[in-house]
Amino acid sequence: MADTLKKRKAQEEPEVESKINRVKPGTNILFSSIFAILALTCIIPAIFIVIISFSSMESINEIGYSFLPKSWSLDAYNYLWNNRIMIGRAFLVSIVVTVGGVLIGLFLTASMGYALSRSNYKLKGIYSIIVFIPMVFGGGLVSTYNVYTSVLGIKDTIWVLILPLVVSSFNVIICRTFFKTTIPQSILESAEIDGASQLRTYFTIVLPISKPLLATIGILLSFSLWNDWFQSLMYISDPKMYSLQAVLMNVEKNIEFLAQNADTMGASIAAYATSMPKEPMRMAMAVLIVGPIACVYPFFQQYFVSGLTIGSVKE
Amino acid sequence: MENQNLPKKRKRDRWAKRDTELTILTLPTVIWYICFCYFPMFGILMAFKNYKMIDGTKSFFYNLLKSEWTGFKNFEFLFTSGSGALVVKLTLLYNIVFIILGIVIPVALSLMMSQLYSKRFGKTCQTLMFLPYFMSWVVVTYFVFAFLSPDKGLINTILVNLGKDPVSWYQETKYWPAILIFLSQWKGMGYGMVVYLATITGIDNTLYEAAMIDGATKFQQATKITLPLMKSVIIMMFILAMGGLVRSDFGLFYQVTKGSDSLYTVTETIDVFIYKMIKTQPNPNMGSAAAFLQSVVGCGLILLSNWIVKKVDNESAII
Repeated sequence: MADTLKKRKAQEEPEVESKINRVKPGTNILFSSIFAILALTCIIPAIFIVIISFSSMESINEIGYSFLPKSWSLDAYNYLWNNRIMIGRAFLVSIVVTVGGVLIGLFLTASMGYALSRSNYKLKGIYSIIVFIPMVFGGGLVSTYNVYTSVLGIKDTIWVLILPLVVSSFNVIICRTFFKTTIPQSILESAEIDGASQLRTYFTIVLPISKPLLATIGILLSFSLWNDWFQSLMYISDPKMYSLQAVLMNVEKNIEFLAQNADTMGASIAAYATSMPKEPMRMAMAVLIVGPIACVYPFFQQYFVSGLTIGSVKE
Repeated sequence: MENQNLPKKRKRDRWAKRDTELTILTLPTVIWYICFCYFPMFGILMAFKNYKMIDGTKSFFYNLLKSEWTGFKNFEFLFTSGSGALVVKLTLLYNIVFIILGIVIPVALSLMMSQLYSKRFGKTCQTLMFLPYFMSWVVVTYFVFAFLSPDKGLINTILVNLGKDPVSWYQETKYWPAILIFLSQWKGMGYGMVVYLATITGIDNTLYEAAMIDGATKFQQATKITLPLMKSVIIMMFILAMGGLVRSDFGLFYQVTKGSDSLYTVTETIDVFIYKMIKTQPNPNMGSAAAFLQSVVGCGLILLSNWIVKKVDNESAII
């Protein structure tokens, strides 16, 4: 993939563009403004949320949510800080799920992709079928729910947030295509002749030269793990196991819950609950979730793009 | 041909050390597939049974096998009860719109983007337009709420300032089809554009030069060169989307609308329906019948559209 990335970069670099064969200036302005508007519709809601989270309660009560609040305040973040035990735990759950899920998922996905890429592997045919069927057929929510809760017994554990999401046949196929096209068979053969076991070849030769692939899959996985709320909705009833997404999802209930858990410093719970800046707090929590994504996203976007494009390559 | 196959066949019979090692390496993944994909597929038998907890200490499968067969009884209500018809109608209508727009909009946008003078501007816009794809529906719910909140939302504030009546958005059904369609396209357009743009950048530039010399306008170049060369990618995306015809994005229909009961008539799509079944009924055999139909029809649709495409244009089929 290193090669494909380079190639794509070369393509994207503004070559000596022929100035003759292009759209009229008027059309260019029209197209540019359409894209400018679309890009704004994508970024403005995020900015709006940030502004609301810094607005003061008085301003919100008076003029509603606004891009230009009458006064600013850090109250929402102060209150979140007072709840740092609960928010911190949710943050920790999200981080553990994301990091753990990426590591487990990379191992499971890449090793299956690698086995499928070996043309002389005897179980390749069966494995291809095992990987293909879930792409078109699934058990449905009801039986999945029953299997998770009563057969695997992972309800209300951290595993239910991680395991169901870590492998997707789509990613396995991306891996297979990558290994097939970039790892020279001669390297594998010579390693075999030298007496290296398959496992050793895989861990010491194949994986180290596949870093771009692992980065792509890792990024795809980490976003889907970080953003997941559905598993929490279905299988998590213990608030201690809530991830950030789950806390935000249950925020109406949780605002009360937060009030009870907060470091109230002597004030009564009811008084504390009414004094809480509820609206800005909700938005501040959304900012907490989006923040990490918005920070890392521009750097990893190229991996995303290459992953999506490789996955669509037909064989 | 046969001569080449013979030595290979002899080799295939022998199980080598290499195969054992590769099997060890992939064992965890195979176990994962069995637990998380094939167990639930087996559990789909529920759709044909009257599932009951016969022995609470035993697992789901034990109870499932011991439960009595009921044939197609679980499916009847889907066709007799009013809610079944509504669910099917809403799911299909939304998805037909989503599939058509989900192809037309990204293709049109990527054609336009490839024509921009400033590539850097295009790249920046693309990066920003990709952003919603990385937001979960839960976060989008709050984005939407900031605009539509009945008492504090920006849109109602503007309406009041203009001297109009505020709208209680989460109660009014008539606006939601448009809002939901907009949101689904808004979230998906960046993702959709990537694949098409990659195809367009891959097209040989000399084709356009030749066309230009022959006097083709930019529009003709797009319709006569670019679109035909994108055909197989578009068809592939179409086949993949067809499998989703009987699915619905639970996050979009349940989270974004805040699970509002008054919006029932425009949001009750199949996954919302199944979710409610699970949460409200102790033994949701009917929900599982709906899930079974969903899986079978989805699988059938992928295979069918692939088959049709194969008949029409063998090159473009994916399976």
